[in-house]
Amino acid sequence: MINSLYLQLIVGTLIGLGSGYIGSFMVLRRMSLVGDALSHVALPGIAVALLIGINPFIGAFAALVVAILGIWMLEKKTELPSETLVGIFFTLSLAAGLLLTPKPELLEALFGDISKIGITDAIITGVFTMLIFLIITRISKGLMLSIISKDLTKSLKINVDKINLIFLFLVAVVVALGLKVAGTLLMGSLVIIPAAASKNISVSLSRYTANSAILGGLSAFAGIWVANYFNLIPGPIVVLTGGVVFLVSLLFKK
Amino acid sequence: MDKLGESAKIHNMANQETILTVENLGVRFGEHEVLKDLNFFVQKGDILAIVGPNGSGKSVLFRALMNLVPFSGKMKWTERLKINYVPQKFFVDAELPLSVGEFMEFKTKSRSKIIETLKSVGLTEHHDEHHIIHHILNRRLGWLSGGQMQRVLIAWSILDNPDVLLFDEPTSGIDVGGEETIYNLLRKIKEERSLTIILISHDLNIVYKYANNVICLNKKMICYGQPNEVLDPTALAKLYGGETAFYKHEH
Repeated sequence: MINSLYLQLIVGTLIGLGSGYIGSFMVLRRMSLVGDALSHVALPGIAVALLIGINPFIGAFAALVVAILGIWMLEKKTELPSETLVGIFFTLSLAAGLLLTPKPELLEALFGDISKIGITDAIITGVFTMLIFLIITRISKGLMLSIISKDLTKSLKINVDKINLIFLFLVAVVVALGLKVAGTLLMGSLVIIPAAASKNISVSLSRYTANSAILGGLSAFAGIWVANYFNLIPGPIVVLTGGVVFLVSLLFKK
Repeated sequence: MDKLGESAKIHNMANQETILTVENLGVRFGEHEVLKDLNFFVQKGDILAIVGPNGSGKSVLFRALMNLVPFSGKMKWTERLKINYVPQKFFVDAELPLSVGEFMEFKTKSRSKIIETLKSVGLTEHHDEHHIIHHILNRRLGWLSGGQMQRVLIAWSILDNPDVLLFDEPTSGIDVGGEETIYNLLRKIKEERSLTIILISHDLNIVYKYANNVICLNKKMICYGQPNEVLDPTALAKLYGGETAFYKHEH
Protein backbone atom coordinates (compact mmCIF):
# COMPACT_ATOMS: atom_id res chain seq x y z
CA MET A 1 0.00 0.00 0.00
CA ILE A 2 1.38 3.37 -1.00
CA ASN A 3 -0.03 5.10 2.10
CA SER A 4 1.62 2.57 4.31
CA LEU A 5 4.96 3.18 2.60
CA TYR A 6 4.75 6.93 3.25
CA LEU A 7 3.99 6.26 6.88
CA GLN A 8 6.86 3.79 7.12
CA LEU A 9 9.24 6.27 5.55
CA ILE A 10 8.20 9.09 7.86
CA VAL A 11 8.34 7.01 11.02
CA GLY A 12 11.53 5.28 9.96
CA THR A 13 13.25 8.54 9.11
CA LEU A 14 12.21 10.11 12.40
CA ILE A 15 13.65 7.14 14.26
CA GLY A 16 16.81 7.36 12.15
CA LEU A 17 17.18 11.06 12.97
CA GLY A 18 16.64 10.54 16.69
CA SER A 19 18.91 7.50 16.88
CA GLY A 20 21.64 9.28 14.95
CA TYR A 21 21.44 12.33 17.20
CA ILE A 22 21.57 10.54 20.54
CA GLY A 23 23.98 8.02 19.08
CA SER A 24 26.47 10.80 18.47
CA PHE A 25 26.72 11.37 22.21
CA MET A 26 26.67 7.68 23.00
CA VAL A 27 29.71 7.07 20.82
CA LEU A 28 31.62 9.91 22.50
CA ARG A 29 30.78 8.55 25.95
CA ARG A 30 32.00 5.12 24.97
CA MET A 31 28.47 3.77 25.17
CA SER A 32 28.46 2.39 21.63
CA LEU A 33 27.44 -1.08 22.68
CA VAL A 34 24.90 0.03 25.25
CA GLY A 35 22.26 0.54 22.56
CA ASP A 36 22.90 -2.91 21.21
CA ALA A 37 22.83 -4.59 24.59
CA LEU A 38 19.78 -2.66 25.79
CA SER A 39 17.84 -3.77 22.74
CA HIS A 40 18.48 -7.37 23.78
CA VAL A 41 17.19 -6.57 27.26
CA ALA A 42 13.95 -5.44 25.63
CA LEU A 43 13.23 -8.90 24.31
CA PRO A 44 11.87 -10.51 27.47
CA GLY A 45 9.79 -7.35 27.97
CA ILE A 46 8.29 -7.79 24.52
CA ALA A 47 7.72 -11.49 25.19
CA VAL A 48 5.87 -10.90 28.43
CA ALA A 49 3.77 -8.16 26.82
CA LEU A 50 2.78 -10.46 23.98
CA LEU A 51 1.96 -13.27 26.39
CA ILE A 52 -0.35 -11.10 28.47
CA GLY A 53 -1.80 -9.35 25.47
CA ILE A 54 -0.64 -5.75 25.76
CA ASN A 55 1.22 -3.54 23.31
CA PRO A 56 4.77 -4.92 23.00
CA PHE A 57 6.18 -1.37 22.99
CA ILE A 58 5.03 -0.99 26.60
CA GLY A 59 6.64 -4.27 27.58
CA ALA A 60 9.87 -3.32 25.85
CA PHE A 61 9.94 0.10 27.45
CA ALA A 62 9.25 -1.31 30.92
CA ALA A 63 12.12 -3.77 30.61
CA LEU A 64 14.41 -1.01 29.38
CA VAL A 65 13.54 1.32 32.24
CA VAL A 66 14.30 -1.40 34.77
CA ALA A 67 17.59 -2.09 33.03
CA ILE A 68 18.77 1.51 32.84
CA LEU A 69 17.86 2.20 36.47
CA GLY A 70 19.95 -0.81 37.34
CA ILE A 71 22.84 0.44 35.21
CA TRP A 72 22.65 3.95 36.60
CA MET A 73 22.68 2.78 40.21
CA LEU A 74 25.50 0.33 39.67
CA GLU A 75 27.49 2.96 37.76
CA LYS A 76 27.22 5.34 40.69
CA LYS A 77 28.28 2.69 43.16
CA THR A 78 31.00 0.80 41.39
CA GLU A 79 32.44 3.13 38.73
CA LEU A 80 32.42 0.26 36.27
CA PRO A 81 31.69 1.50 32.75
CA SER A 82 28.19 1.04 31.32
CA GLU A 83 29.48 -1.46 28.80
CA THR A 84 30.58 -3.98 31.39
CA LEU A 85 27.41 -3.78 33.41
CA VAL A 86 25.06 -3.97 30.48
CA GLY A 87 27.07 -6.86 29.05
CA ILE A 88 26.18 -8.88 32.10
CA PHE A 89 22.49 -8.23 31.74
CA PHE A 90 21.99 -8.51 28.06
CA THR A 91 23.07 -12.04 27.38
CA LEU A 92 20.85 -13.28 30.19
CA SER A 93 17.95 -11.21 28.88
CA LEU A 94 18.40 -12.41 25.34
CA ALA A 95 18.36 -16.02 26.44
CA ALA A 96 15.26 -15.50 28.57
CA GLY A 97 13.56 -13.58 25.80
CA LEU A 98 14.28 -16.22 23.19
CA LEU A 99 12.63 -18.81 25.38
CA LEU A 100 9.60 -16.73 26.27
CA THR A 101 8.68 -15.08 22.98
CA PRO A 102 5.86 -16.88 21.18
CA LYS A 103 7.25 -18.48 18.01
CA PRO A 104 5.05 -16.65 15.47
CA GLU A 105 6.21 -13.25 16.76
CA LEU A 106 9.86 -14.18 17.22
CA LEU A 107 11.11 -13.14 13.81
CA GLU A 108 9.45 -9.76 14.05
CA ALA A 109 10.74 -9.20 17.56
CA LEU A 110 14.27 -10.05 16.50
CA PHE A 111 14.39 -8.10 13.24
CA GLY A 112 11.62 -5.57 13.46
CA ASP A 113 8.93 -4.95 10.90
CA ILE A 114 8.14 -1.37 10.19
CA SER A 115 5.40 -2.29 7.75
CA LYS A 116 3.19 -3.08 10.72
CA ILE A 117 3.09 0.46 12.12
CA GLY A 118 -0.04 2.56 12.34
CA ILE A 119 -1.01 6.18 12.95
CA THR A 120 -0.72 5.88 16.74
CA ASP A 121 2.82 4.61 16.42
CA ALA A 122 3.63 7.49 14.12
CA ILE A 123 2.34 10.07 16.58
CA ILE A 124 4.18 8.49 19.52
CA THR A 125 7.35 8.39 17.44
CA GLY A 126 7.00 12.03 16.41
CA VAL A 127 6.45 13.23 19.97
CA PHE A 128 9.29 11.22 21.46
CA THR A 129 11.74 12.15 18.72
CA MET A 130 11.04 15.82 19.35
CA LEU A 131 11.52 15.28 23.08
CA ILE A 132 14.85 13.59 22.44
CA PHE A 133 16.11 16.50 20.35
CA LEU A 134 14.95 19.13 22.83
CA ILE A 135 16.26 17.47 25.97
CA ILE A 136 19.59 16.29 24.57
CA THR A 137 20.29 19.77 23.24
CA ARG A 138 19.58 21.21 26.69
CA ILE A 139 21.98 18.85 28.44
CA SER A 140 24.61 18.66 25.69
CA LYS A 141 26.97 21.04 27.49
CA GLY A 142 27.00 18.86 30.60
CA LEU A 143 27.35 15.73 28.48
CA MET A 144 30.39 17.05 26.64
CA LEU A 145 32.09 18.54 29.67
CA SER A 146 31.68 15.35 31.66
CA ILE A 147 33.47 13.48 28.88
CA ILE A 148 36.35 15.94 29.14
CA SER A 149 36.49 15.99 32.92
CA LYS A 150 33.92 14.91 35.50
CA ASP A 151 35.56 17.02 38.20
CA LEU A 152 35.54 20.11 36.04
CA THR A 153 31.86 19.61 35.25
CA LYS A 154 30.95 19.15 38.90
CA SER A 155 32.95 22.23 39.84
CA LEU A 156 30.67 24.21 37.54
CA LYS A 157 27.76 23.08 39.69
CA ILE A 158 26.37 20.83 36.97
CA ASN A 159 24.62 17.77 38.38
CA VAL A 160 26.45 15.01 36.57
CA ASP A 161 24.42 12.17 38.08
CA LYS A 162 21.15 13.77 37.07
CA ILE A 163 22.34 14.31 33.51
CA ASN A 164 23.53 10.71 33.28
CA LEU A 165 20.12 9.46 34.37
CA ILE A 166 18.25 11.66 31.92
CA PHE A 167 20.58 10.58 29.15
CA LEU A 168 20.15 6.87 29.91
CA PHE A 169 16.40 7.33 30.02
CA LEU A 170 16.41 8.89 26.57
CA VAL A 171 18.59 6.04 25.31
CA ALA A 172 15.89 3.67 26.53
CA VAL A 173 13.29 5.69 24.63
CA VAL A 174 15.35 5.59 21.43
CA VAL A 175 15.92 1.85 21.74
CA ALA A 176 12.22 1.21 22.30
CA LEU A 177 11.39 3.24 19.19
CA GLY A 178 14.15 1.68 17.11
CA LEU A 179 12.94 -1.83 17.81
CA LYS A 180 10.17 -1.26 15.28
CA VAL A 181 12.64 -0.57 12.52
CA ALA A 182 15.43 -3.00 13.18
CA GLY A 183 14.35 -5.34 15.95
CA THR A 184 16.24 -6.41 19.04
CA LEU A 185 19.20 -7.90 17.24
CA LEU A 186 20.11 -5.01 15.00
CA MET A 187 18.76 -1.91 16.74
CA GLY A 188 22.14 -1.11 18.24
CA SER A 189 23.57 -0.26 14.86
CA LEU A 190 21.13 2.63 14.46
CA VAL A 191 22.92 4.51 17.23
CA ILE A 192 26.45 3.52 16.31
CA ILE A 193 26.90 3.61 12.57
CA PRO A 194 25.62 7.11 11.67
CA ALA A 195 27.63 8.58 14.55
CA ALA A 196 30.78 6.74 13.52
CA ALA A 197 30.35 7.96 9.96
CA SER A 198 29.73 11.52 11.12
CA LYS A 199 32.85 11.50 13.28
CA ASN A 200 34.93 10.97 10.17
CA ILE A 201 33.62 14.03 8.41
CA SER A 202 32.83 16.54 11.14
CA VAL A 203 35.13 18.87 13.03
CA SER A 204 32.88 20.76 15.41
CA LEU A 205 30.32 19.42 17.85
CA SER A 206 27.34 21.06 16.21
CA ARG A 207 28.28 19.63 12.82
CA TYR A 208 29.04 16.21 14.28
CA THR A 209 25.69 15.85 16.02
CA ALA A 210 23.74 17.32 13.11
CA ASN A 211 25.49 15.11 10.55
CA SER A 212 24.95 12.09 12.73
CA ALA A 213 21.22 12.77 12.83
CA ILE A 214 21.08 13.44 9.09
CA LEU A 215 23.04 10.31 8.20
CA GLY A 216 20.81 8.29 10.51
CA GLY A 217 17.69 9.64 8.88
CA LEU A 218 19.15 9.15 5.43
CA SER A 219 20.12 5.49 5.99
CA ALA A 220 16.69 4.77 7.42
CA PHE A 221 14.88 6.45 4.55
CA ALA A 222 17.00 4.85 1.85
CA GLY A 223 16.98 1.48 3.57
CA ILE A 224 13.21 1.31 3.95
CA TRP A 225 12.64 2.49 0.41
CA VAL A 226 15.07 -0.05 -1.08
CA ALA A 227 13.66 -2.87 1.06
CA ASN A 228 10.16 -2.00 -0.03
CA TYR A 229 11.19 -1.90 -3.67
CA PHE A 230 12.88 -5.31 -3.61
CA ASN A 231 10.45 -6.81 -1.10
CA LEU A 232 13.04 -7.53 1.57
CA ILE A 233 12.97 -7.21 5.37
CA PRO A 234 13.57 -3.49 6.08
CA GLY A 235 15.59 -3.85 9.30
CA PRO A 236 18.76 -5.44 7.91
CA ILE A 237 18.60 -3.27 4.78
CA VAL A 238 18.58 -0.09 6.88
CA VAL A 239 21.61 -1.35 8.77
CA LEU A 240 23.47 -2.26 5.59
CA THR A 241 22.66 1.13 4.10
CA GLY A 242 24.21 2.69 7.17
CA GLY A 243 27.25 0.54 6.58
CA VAL A 244 27.60 1.86 3.05
CA VAL A 245 27.32 5.42 4.34
CA PHE A 246 30.08 4.69 6.82
CA LEU A 247 32.37 3.30 4.13
CA VAL A 248 31.80 6.41 2.05
CA SER A 249 32.60 8.61 5.04
CA LEU A 250 35.98 6.90 5.31
CA LEU A 251 36.84 8.34 1.92
CA PHE A 252 36.25 11.85 3.22
CA LYS A 253 37.91 11.39 6.59
CA LYS A 254 39.52 14.54 7.92
CA MET B 1 55.70 27.87 68.55
CA ASP B 2 56.76 25.28 66.00
CA LYS B 3 58.18 26.17 62.62
CA LEU B 4 54.88 25.71 60.84
CA GLY B 5 53.12 28.07 63.19
CA GLU B 6 55.87 30.66 62.91
CA SER B 7 55.75 30.66 59.16
CA ALA B 8 52.03 31.04 59.28
CA LYS B 9 52.32 33.99 61.61
CA ILE B 10 54.80 35.80 59.40
CA HIS B 11 52.62 35.12 56.40
CA ASN B 12 49.61 36.66 58.04
CA MET B 13 51.40 39.82 59.05
CA ALA B 14 51.26 41.11 55.51
CA ASN B 15 47.74 42.22 56.45
CA GLN B 16 46.02 41.14 53.34
CA GLU B 17 42.52 39.81 53.38
CA THR B 18 42.30 36.10 54.16
CA ILE B 19 40.08 34.37 51.68
CA LEU B 20 40.56 30.72 52.60
CA THR B 21 40.95 29.12 56.01
CA VAL B 22 41.75 25.45 56.39
CA GLU B 23 41.86 23.80 59.82
CA ASN B 24 42.56 20.17 60.63
CA LEU B 25 41.46 19.11 57.18
CA GLY B 26 41.42 15.40 56.56
CA VAL B 27 40.17 13.16 53.78
CA ARG B 28 39.76 9.44 53.91
CA PHE B 29 38.51 7.00 51.31
CA GLY B 30 37.17 4.07 53.29
CA GLU B 31 39.98 2.84 55.52
CA HIS B 32 42.62 4.75 53.63
CA GLU B 33 43.73 8.14 54.98
CA VAL B 34 44.66 10.35 52.07
CA LEU B 35 45.02 13.73 53.79
CA LYS B 36 45.60 14.48 57.45
CA ASP B 37 45.93 17.51 59.71
CA LEU B 38 46.11 20.23 57.11
CA ASN B 39 46.24 23.76 58.49
CA PHE B 40 46.83 26.74 56.27
CA PHE B 41 45.28 29.88 54.90
CA VAL B 42 45.38 31.83 51.71
CA GLN B 43 45.27 35.58 51.35
CA LYS B 44 44.08 37.65 48.44
CA GLY B 45 46.79 37.97 45.86
CA ASP B 46 48.77 34.93 46.98
CA ILE B 47 50.34 32.45 44.67
CA LEU B 48 50.34 29.31 46.77
CA ALA B 49 52.17 26.29 45.40
CA ILE B 50 51.51 22.77 46.58
CA VAL B 51 54.34 20.34 46.02
CA GLY B 52 54.82 16.72 46.82
CA PRO B 53 55.46 13.30 45.33
CA ASN B 54 52.93 11.32 43.35
CA GLY B 55 50.08 10.04 45.43
CA SER B 56 50.66 12.59 48.17
CA GLY B 57 47.08 13.84 47.99
CA LYS B 58 47.60 17.10 46.12
CA SER B 59 44.76 16.60 43.66
CA VAL B 60 42.54 15.32 46.45
CA LEU B 61 43.21 18.54 48.36
CA PHE B 62 41.96 20.54 45.39
CA ARG B 63 38.86 18.43 45.18
CA ALA B 64 38.26 18.99 48.90
CA LEU B 65 38.69 22.75 48.41
CA MET B 66 36.04 22.56 45.69
CA ASN B 67 33.73 20.49 47.88
CA LEU B 68 33.94 17.59 45.46
CA VAL B 69 34.92 15.07 48.13
CA PRO B 70 33.76 14.75 51.74
CA PHE B 71 36.30 15.91 54.30
CA SER B 72 36.68 16.32 58.03
CA GLY B 73 37.79 19.50 59.69
CA LYS B 74 37.17 23.03 58.56
CA MET B 75 37.48 24.55 55.11
CA LYS B 76 36.05 28.00 54.57
CA TRP B 77 36.21 30.32 51.60
CA THR B 78 35.10 33.96 51.82
CA GLU B 79 31.50 34.41 50.78
CA ARG B 80 30.62 35.04 47.15
CA LEU B 81 34.03 34.17 45.78
CA LYS B 82 34.23 32.86 42.24
CA ILE B 83 36.62 29.94 42.23
CA ASN B 84 37.59 28.22 39.01
CA TYR B 85 39.19 24.83 39.02
CA VAL B 86 41.34 23.45 36.24
CA PRO B 87 41.96 19.75 36.91
CA GLN B 88 44.96 17.88 35.62
CA LYS B 89 43.25 15.05 33.80
CA PHE B 90 41.60 16.10 30.62
CA PHE B 91 40.24 13.59 28.16
CA VAL B 92 40.59 15.45 24.94
CA ASP B 93 41.95 13.33 22.13
CA ALA B 94 42.37 14.22 18.50
CA GLU B 95 39.12 12.44 17.69
CA LEU B 96 36.87 14.49 19.98
CA PRO B 97 34.59 16.55 17.79
CA LEU B 98 34.61 19.79 19.70
CA SER B 99 36.04 23.00 18.39
CA VAL B 100 37.96 25.54 20.47
CA GLY B 101 35.19 28.05 19.88
CA GLU B 102 32.51 25.65 21.06
CA PHE B 103 34.55 24.85 24.16
CA MET B 104 34.83 28.55 24.98
CA GLU B 105 31.13 29.03 24.25
CA PHE B 106 30.31 26.67 27.10
CA LYS B 107 31.19 29.61 29.28
CA THR B 108 30.12 32.62 27.28
CA LYS B 109 28.29 33.32 24.06
CA SER B 110 30.12 36.59 23.57
CA ARG B 111 32.50 36.10 20.66
CA SER B 112 34.30 39.35 21.34
CA LYS B 113 34.98 38.31 24.92
CA ILE B 114 36.32 34.98 23.73
CA ILE B 115 38.64 36.58 21.21
CA GLU B 116 39.80 39.17 23.74
CA THR B 117 40.64 36.48 26.27
CA LEU B 118 42.44 34.34 23.72
CA LYS B 119 44.57 37.34 22.83
CA SER B 120 45.36 38.03 26.48
CA VAL B 121 46.78 34.53 26.89
CA GLY B 122 49.03 35.07 23.94
CA LEU B 123 47.35 32.52 21.75
CA THR B 124 47.44 34.91 18.86
CA GLU B 125 49.03 38.21 18.08
CA HIS B 126 46.85 38.54 15.05
CA HIS B 127 44.22 41.20 15.27
CA ASP B 128 42.61 39.87 12.17
CA GLU B 129 39.38 38.32 13.35
CA HIS B 130 39.13 36.14 10.33
CA HIS B 131 42.45 34.54 11.17
CA ILE B 132 41.52 33.94 14.78
CA ILE B 133 38.20 32.43 13.89
CA HIS B 134 39.57 30.24 11.17
CA HIS B 135 42.81 29.02 12.68
CA ILE B 136 41.86 28.78 16.30
CA LEU B 137 38.16 28.94 17.06
CA ASN B 138 37.19 26.49 14.33
CA ARG B 139 39.96 24.02 15.09
CA ARG B 140 39.28 20.86 16.98
CA LEU B 141 40.34 21.14 20.61
CA GLY B 142 42.27 17.89 20.28
CA TRP B 143 44.36 19.19 17.40
CA LEU B 144 46.06 21.87 19.46
CA SER B 145 49.65 21.49 20.53
CA GLY B 146 50.40 21.01 24.23
CA GLY B 147 51.31 24.66 24.68
CA GLN B 148 48.28 25.93 22.79
CA MET B 149 46.02 23.64 24.80
CA GLN B 150 47.34 25.01 28.08
CA ARG B 151 46.74 28.56 26.92
CA VAL B 152 43.20 27.69 25.90
CA LEU B 153 42.62 26.13 29.31
CA ILE B 154 43.94 29.22 31.03
CA ALA B 155 41.76 31.39 28.83
CA TRP B 156 38.77 29.20 29.61
CA SER B 157 39.43 29.45 33.32
CA ILE B 158 39.46 33.26 33.30
CA LEU B 159 36.58 33.81 30.89
CA ASP B 160 34.00 34.33 33.61
CA ASN B 161 36.14 36.62 35.75
CA PRO B 162 37.02 34.42 38.70
CA ASP B 163 38.62 35.62 41.91
CA VAL B 164 40.58 32.46 42.52
CA LEU B 165 42.16 29.90 40.23
CA LEU B 166 42.94 26.38 41.32
CA PHE B 167 45.36 24.99 38.79
CA ASP B 168 46.40 21.36 38.96
CA GLU B 169 49.75 20.95 37.19
CA PRO B 170 49.42 23.85 34.75
CA THR B 171 52.26 22.55 32.67
CA SER B 172 51.73 18.84 32.38
CA GLY B 173 52.38 17.80 28.81
CA ILE B 174 54.60 20.76 28.07
CA ASP B 175 58.31 20.62 27.44
CA VAL B 176 60.70 22.23 29.89
CA GLY B 177 61.27 25.32 27.76
CA GLY B 178 57.56 25.99 27.53
CA GLU B 179 56.91 25.79 31.26
CA GLU B 180 58.46 29.16 32.06
CA THR B 181 56.30 30.79 29.42
CA ILE B 182 53.13 29.38 30.92
CA TYR B 183 54.07 30.49 34.42
CA ASN B 184 54.98 33.95 33.16
CA LEU B 185 51.58 34.06 31.56
CA LEU B 186 49.89 33.04 34.80
CA ARG B 187 51.75 35.74 36.65
CA LYS B 188 50.77 38.31 34.03
CA ILE B 189 47.07 37.54 34.12
CA LYS B 190 47.18 37.37 37.90
CA GLU B 191 48.41 40.94 37.99
CA GLU B 192 46.00 42.08 35.29
CA ARG B 193 42.97 40.59 36.94
CA SER B 194 43.84 40.67 40.66
CA LEU B 195 43.65 36.93 40.97
CA THR B 196 44.65 34.60 43.73
CA ILE B 197 46.23 31.43 42.44
CA ILE B 198 46.72 28.07 44.07
CA LEU B 199 48.68 25.69 41.94
CA ILE B 200 49.99 22.18 42.14
CA SER B 201 53.46 21.79 40.76
CA HIS B 202 56.08 19.12 40.74
CA ASP B 203 58.81 21.57 39.83
CA LEU B 204 60.64 23.18 42.76
CA ASN B 205 62.45 25.66 40.55
CA ILE B 206 59.12 27.01 39.43
CA VAL B 207 57.91 27.20 42.99
CA TYR B 208 60.91 29.28 43.97
CA LYS B 209 60.44 31.64 41.13
CA TYR B 210 56.71 32.18 41.08
CA ALA B 211 55.10 31.28 44.39
CA ASN B 212 55.07 33.47 47.47
CA ASN B 213 53.96 30.57 49.62
CA VAL B 214 54.42 26.84 49.46
CA ILE B 215 52.99 23.78 51.12
CA CYS B 216 54.98 20.56 51.00
CA LEU B 217 52.42 17.84 51.06
CA ASN B 218 52.74 14.13 51.60
CA LYS B 219 49.43 13.25 53.17
CA LYS B 220 50.43 15.67 55.91
CA MET B 221 52.00 19.09 55.68
CA ILE B 222 55.76 18.70 55.74
CA CYS B 223 56.44 22.39 55.28
CA TYR B 224 54.48 25.60 54.93
CA GLY B 225 55.68 29.12 54.34
CA GLN B 226 57.79 31.13 51.98
CA PRO B 227 59.81 29.00 49.55
CA ASN B 228 63.12 30.57 50.50
CA GLU B 229 62.64 29.71 54.12
CA VAL B 230 60.97 26.36 54.21
CA LEU B 231 62.34 24.46 51.25
CA ASP B 232 65.51 23.26 52.94
CA PRO B 233 67.16 19.88 52.40
CA THR B 234 65.64 18.40 55.57
CA ALA B 235 62.13 19.23 54.50
CA LEU B 236 62.73 17.97 50.98
CA ALA B 237 64.21 14.72 52.22
CA LYS B 238 61.18 14.22 54.41
CA LEU B 239 58.86 15.12 51.55
CA TYR B 240 60.35 12.93 48.87
CA GLY B 241 61.69 10.33 51.25
CA GLY B 242 65.27 9.99 50.21
CA GLU B 243 68.45 11.78 49.31
CA THR B 244 67.53 14.83 47.35
CA ALA B 245 70.19 16.99 45.79
CA PHE B 246 68.60 20.29 45.03
CA TYR B 247 70.31 23.39 43.81
CA LYS B 248 68.74 26.58 44.97
CA HIS B 249 68.75 29.30 42.35
CA GLU B 250 70.22 32.51 43.69
CA HIS B 251 68.52 35.51 42.13
